Amino acid sequence: MNVFNHESFRDDFTFRNSPAAIRRFPFPFHEDKYMYSVNIEPHLPGPKGSVYEHPIDIDEHYVSEMKDRAMVLAEDPKRCQSLPHMITAEWDMLELLMTSLAESYPELFTLNRDGDKWHWINRPLNIEERFVFGDAGTLPYGPMEYIGRQCQGDFSLQDHRDNNLWMDAGIITTQADWSLDFDVGMNFTEWHGPVPLAHQARVFERALKFLLNLQLGQPARRLNWTMTINPRLDTSPENYHKWGVDRTTVTPENVGDKVHLRVELQGLWRLPRSNAVLFSIRCYMIKMSELVTVPKWARRFHRVLKTLPPELADYKGLTRYRDTTVEWLSKYDDGAPTSPGCGPE
Amino acid sequence: MTATQLRPMRIAEIEPVADGIKRFRLVPTDGSPLLNYSAGSHIVVVMRDADGRMWRNPYSLMGPLGNPASYEISVLRVDESRGGSEFMHRLPVGAEVQITNPVNLFTINRQARKHLLVAGGIGITPLMSMLEELSSINADFELRYKVRSLSRGAYCQKLVERYGDRVKIYRSDRGEKLDLDRVLADQPLGTHLYVCGPKEMIDWALETARAEGWPEENLHSEQFGAPPAGNAFTVKLARSNREIRVGPQQSILEALEEHGVDAPFLCRGGACGQCETRVLARDGELKHNDHYLTDAERRSGDKIMICMSRVTGNSLTLDL
Repeated sequence: MNVFNHESFRDDFTFRNSPAAIRRFPFPFHEDKYMYSVNIEPHLPGPKGSVYEHPIDIDEHYVSEMKDRAMVLAEDPKRCQSLPHMITAEWDMLELLMTSLAESYPELFTLNRDGDKWHWINRPLNIEERFVFGDAGTLPYGPMEYIGRQCQGDFSLQDHRDNNLWMDAGIITTQADWSLDFDVGMNFTEWHGPVPLAHQARVFERALKFLLNLQLGQPARRLNWTMTINPRLDTSPENYHKWGVDRTTVTPENVGDKVHLRVELQGLWRLPRSNAVLFSIRCYMIKMSELVTVPKWARRFHRVLKTLPPELADYKGLTRYRDTTVEWLSKYDDGAPTSPGCGPE
Repeated sequence: MTATQLRPMRIAEIEPVADGIKRFRLVPTDGSPLLNYSAGSHIVVVMRDADGRMWRNPYSLMGPLGNPASYEISVLRVDESRGGSEFMHRLPVGAEVQITNPVNLFTINRQARKHLLVAGGIGITPLMSMLEELSSINADFELRYKVRSLSRGAYCQKLVERYGDRVKIYRSDRGEKLDLDRVLADQPLGTHLYVCGPKEMIDWALETARAEGWPEENLHSEQFGAPPAGNAFTVKLARSNREIRVGPQQSILEALEEHGVDAPFLCRGGACGQCETRVLARDGELKHNDHYLTDAERRSGDKIMICMSRVTGNSLTLDL
């Protein structure tokens, strides 16, 4: 895969998915309704061509996404923060991402290591770097920011102490309405505070227990989802004044173009030197008119959205345009049964 | 077995470091790179003798940290009939064993203002890598190390050479006593305590700290030690409809593994919770030897940590 889109995730919103991108979209619903669960599974290599094939997924949106990230960071440096004790975890993250990218996409990335003298080449972004692993002075940014600027998806680094996980570092520019600046330094239970219903279902208690036992060499993954109006990556609280109003602009005529399903592929790795947990949030967006080219997904998403509990719809910010979208999707739902599983067939 | 991968290793070097203690340096047999690990980590070493008898013993990784070409552990030969350390001590250079990936249940707290490390005997081993890490991040730390004698205490000289007056050694053969009350009282607020050694020593150290008002989250310990022995009994597995005999020196987990049952485990020392199993019926009282279940959970009698705990009567039925 050597061809990257030139597209925007703001202003004129020229973001589009190719047919291949649509086929590999991580549709998250395995049944015709949705409720929270601890839907964690081992992050093992998935089918060739799928978003699960490689530990870190690079797709046609790579170059444009990284450009958007750079713009976000220029406008708001607080989207990238790291408490001082997290430097070891930052190096762990840089090592994981660089080795993963170089191994998965040798035509795009090269990593040569001679002891702690590292030589990194990123062809799509035209970057070549020689640096000393462990010596932050030899990189133009801190290790987390350096590699985060070259990798799709948000990343947070969590310190494991006091029987909890603490979000003590992160680079977060493609978030679904949460703020790193607000959350940095909080623990797992604290930063999940606002999520409705899940606490009562003990979802977080069980998830935390699982994550505290996450082992080296055995990463995990799960999917999360929400919706966005216009393919905007930076739907941060900090910029709510820019995108919040978009939720009021949905009409029966423009649902297909404006309303997007937004899925996060989340990866979780135990890191070796720091014992921290790396959490990746990799965003995939698809507009409704692209989604319905897959008949099963059209039927299923109509049903999921129609039956979604109101608390979840409110929390995910769907309330204003939900009915309009359900109405639009109903045209593609003939009531036929849908097959189990998330795949397009 | 918990879904952990095993890696084949070869003993590259053996060095006696004290009376009854040997240092083993292990290298991968296939030349593949070893994982980096965090200070305080351990591996489980899987050993088999010619008769097919198997041991799985956890040993702390001692460092050096930083892209290790080998893993180093120190093993105290313990005279008891479980035999794992005995077997290890008889292995020659070149012998092959298997190991799990590093696991860490004894980490340093990166928010601590100061780190006070207390070791008893072979308990020094996890603290070795901690000292290296703390030193490399320029943390404030000190080590108090209790040994029976210099000949039985491993690495005394090396530690003093490397860390100077941050190390204090207490030799019981000279009647030197660690005045822990005083030492604790002298620490600045925000100091974390890390203890490793025999069970009695750990209990004493933690109780002393608690009595002085140290918060629980500032206290860290790791306990080695074989699962305590007891009477033999039968374990009935309700789901697979099997009955397995647990010998007096064997843990339930070990008996299951001997009979090919793949039970989840991680630390094998009753600390991590991974082997928690539901008890459906029992003859006799449960003997909880773990550090994981709450008092209420122990009293309820419907959970057991199979790596360490037993039943006093003839049988135990588990949801396995």
